[in-house]
Amino acid sequence: MNEFFSMGGYGSYIWASYGLAALAMIILLVMTLRGLRQSQTELDQLETVLKARRPRRTRTTDQSPTS
Amino acid sequence: MHRFAKPSVFLKLTGAMMPWVVALTVILTAAGLYLALIGSPVDYQQGNTVRIMYIHVPAAWMGLFCYVGMALCGAMSLIWKHPLADICARATAPVGATFTALTLITGSLWGEPMWGTWWVWDARLTSMLILLFLYLGYIALVNAFDDPERGSKAGSALALVGAINVPIVKFSVDWWNTLHQPASVARMGGPTIDPSMLAPLLIMAFAFTGYYFIVLVLRVRLELNQRRIRALQLSGLFDERPVASGDHDELAYDQGHNAGASK
Repeated sequence: MNEFFSMGGYGSYIWASYGLAALAMIILLVMTLRGLRQSQTELDQLETVLKARRPRRTRTTDQSPTS
Repeated sequence: MHRFAKPSVFLKLTGAMMPWVVALTVILTAAGLYLALIGSPVDYQQGNTVRIMYIHVPAAWMGLFCYVGMALCGAMSLIWKHPLADICARATAPVGATFTALTLITGSLWGEPMWGTWWVWDARLTSMLILLFLYLGYIALVNAFDDPERGSKAGSALALVGAINVPIVKFSVDWWNTLHQPASVARMGGPTIDPSMLAPLLIMAFAFTGYYFIVLVLRVRLELNQRRIRALQLSGLFDERPVASGDHDELAYDQGHNAGASK
């Protein structure tokens, strides 16, 4: 097992290569997923706010002739 | 082509493909890592350091592949003014930049034990560094404008001009005979690399391609969300009419582009 990790003395170079590649790819993926989740929450909030605003406006226009 | 370029169709299609691509990418990564680290022989000259190749070379291929994709999307964005082309180019840039940076870093980690140096101003290394700067320049440029339309125009122009660097990277090892070794896979007369080393190389390349697809789709969704947020905020702030009227440019690009594509 130790032999596998030492990689004939080049272990540090090889594991650094694989480790950095994995790290960079995971960071990019996680940042993308986090951004996507945040944007989705923001979009949902915005849509509910605007949706809630719309019927109120139609109601006021409906009420305007009666008042 | 235009039919598939409609954002809703793109989202539906890629959404259906997503679980399969994720599963395939996980399997390919596991198989590729096993073959790269355990199941492949050591090089007769380079010993175990040859294992760095299974990250380095696929990452370099992806760096170039993503750039070609980005430049093509840039061209489509300039010619047809298609928002999805611009969004795909923007979504590709960080993935390509990551792969290009990884190529340079793993190349350094390979160069130090084998060449005795972390870095030389070899033609291949230098053109690859320029590729990274083109990616970073593109990302900075498209985000430098308040008006996304102008940003995408400037970015697309940069991506297209920078595409001249792609053949330079590819053929640099043939044109300038310096330290970096010449191609041994994508060359005239077929690969000269042993099948036991070619297999993990290609499997890792397909795994990276799967990863690119996954991040691309997620980033396109992210970008579409952000554009819709921007459109809703604008219509909510400045427009007293209901949002659904669809007369705002960005909000209505889906329908608007349909009209444009059908004529």
